[in-house]
Amino acid sequence: MALRHWITLAVLVLLAVMPPVFIWMGNPFYVDLATRLVILGIAATSLNLILGYGGLISFGHAAFVGIGAYAVGIPAYHMLYGGGEAVASFNGMFQIPLAVAVSALFALITGAICLRTKGVYFIMITMAFAQMVYYFFISIEEYGADDGLVIDMRSQLPFIELDEPLQLYFFCYASLIAALLIVRTIANSRFGMVLQGAKGNNERMVTLGYNTYLYKLTAYVISGAMAGYAGALLGNFTTFISPEMMDWSRSGELMFMVILGGAATTLGPLMGSAVFIIIEEVLSNYTIYWHLPFGLMLIAVVLFARGGLMGVIGRGRDGK
Amino acid sequence: MDYGLFFIQALNGLQLGLLLFLVASGLTLVFGILDFVNLAHGSLYMLGAFICASLTFALGNYILALIVALPIAGLLGYGVERVIARPLYARNHLDHVLGTFGVILVLDTLAHMIWGPAGIAVPLPNWLNGQIVLGGTLAIPSFRLLIIAMGLATAAGLFWLVNYTRLGMLIRAGASNRTMVAALGVDIQLLFGLVFALGAMLAGLAGMLIAPITEASIGMGNSIIITAFVVIIVGGIGSMKGAFIAALLIGMIDTMGRSFLDNIFGLVMSPTAAETSAPAVSAMLIYIIMAVVLALRPQGLFPPKVR
Repeated sequence: MALRHWITLAVLVLLAVMPPVFIWMGNPFYVDLATRLVILGIAATSLNLILGYGGLISFGHAAFVGIGAYAVGIPAYHMLYGGGEAVASFNGMFQIPLAVAVSALFALITGAICLRTKGVYFIMITMAFAQMVYYFFISIEEYGADDGLVIDMRSQLPFIELDEPLQLYFFCYASLIAALLIVRTIANSRFGMVLQGAKGNNERMVTLGYNTYLYKLTAYVISGAMAGYAGALLGNFTTFISPEMMDWSRSGELMFMVILGGAATTLGPLMGSAVFIIIEEVLSNYTIYWHLPFGLMLIAVVLFARGGLMGVIGRGRDGK
Repeated sequence: MDYGLFFIQALNGLQLGLLLFLVASGLTLVFGILDFVNLAHGSLYMLGAFICASLTFALGNYILALIVALPIAGLLGYGVERVIARPLYARNHLDHVLGTFGVILVLDTLAHMIWGPAGIAVPLPNWLNGQIVLGGTLAIPSFRLLIIAMGLATAAGLFWLVNYTRLGMLIRAGASNRTMVAALGVDIQLLFGLVFALGAMLAGLAGMLIAPITEASIGMGNSIIITAFVVIIVGGIGSMKGAFIAALLIGMIDTMGRSFLDNIFGLVMSPTAAETSAPAVSAMLIYIIMAVVLALRPQGLFPPKVR
């Protein structure tokens, strides 16, 4: 096995072993940190599908995460405060598919428009749609407007108790493994090859007879749905949702995770999120000005570390 | 409808549009000529406001502070160009976005360290603090008139600069084919630096003009930069004319939407429905316009003729 395979294995095993150890050592705080890391890892992995493999620079990915979180928060709100008792006791069986479906639908509608554009126009229109969602939720007083909304009840699932930190963590961890496998399978499939071909040279793929627009749109919808799922987990984890989750700087952070870890690599986005969480956690302990070293590091990564962490570790990225 | 309120809001829309133009013109210059996406342009707007605020207290006069702050903003822009932008010109847009996102974090935090977390109000001299009565109950603050006048003058100056001077000729030439301009013996690096500095001065000027109304505050750049991007995308990236028309359009639509959309909605739906939906729609209005424009004309309304 190549070095990066060993590292992949080591990271995944560590993520499986450490949280129970933290609980045993009486440090539940680190379980929270690991949960956040794993959820962000899923969101970054979903972005990697379109950004890394598809070359589609989406600057509005946080909107999908936010939509997914609101898809958990709004039904929970109505269930507790009047209205939707119609939904059965395992409300998670309703909320999580809802999060996936709504974000997929949003991805389908916006993607159909965004993918008509290229280059910087694509960056900006994806961001514009995210801002639309952001301002939409900011102006809805019912759901807390910019103060956000506390989720008083986590999603109820059979066999799993999400109020238990460790069970919540392993639910997220299993989801992460699934997300990594899905993206990896897609990337190596015929579909993924066409997608990567269109990233390299769109005209050539079109000339070869592929309707690259449909391929990109499909990838965009899958990516959006997966990010929505991550949002549903995030809502369940933080039990608090607010439009701030969809701010454009959140989208920028997700891009940072993908690029830092290594775009178009299976594990890169997870590594990027790990570094992001560590930076945020460590630096914000020392100084309220932690954005300064974070920004400097971001600039340094862009200027000097092309190919990201996985690029540094070993050949993990195609030539571009 | 109240025609006095309508008139005042039209002036406010014009003012917002002109400020947007000041920010967007620099953005569209930099993108059109350098093919560089500069998210940090909004931070230069913020720094303009803060520097002007500090200088107003130091010099005791807002107008004097404005005059001194302008070249400082230009120098800052030149610095950003030399350190960050120049190594990234040859890279793709993704690297531009991430690199300048880093610059935003750095500049915002530096502003936080220097000026503190609270906003700084900028006092105006007495002669600018009054109101001009237009008859009856209709009155507009004289400072807002000054903003409008300055905005129009700067726009005119910019058109003159780009269309009728040697520098403007080089800028236009650089926009259509920079390799050729460099081959003809023009110092293209210097030209790029000047364009960046000019853009920073324009953004800084917008920040200085708005500071007495809204205070200088951290994050003020991050809200305007997104709107400025909407402006240049609706107008067609790289087009000065497009930026001007789109800025006025967006400024007007945004201001009018926030004031009158509930009245308009009230014509076709129940008052309660209009009252609840109008704020949401008016906040999203400019993004809806941008999406519609891009869906129908992916190159914007006035795409420049290049290459």
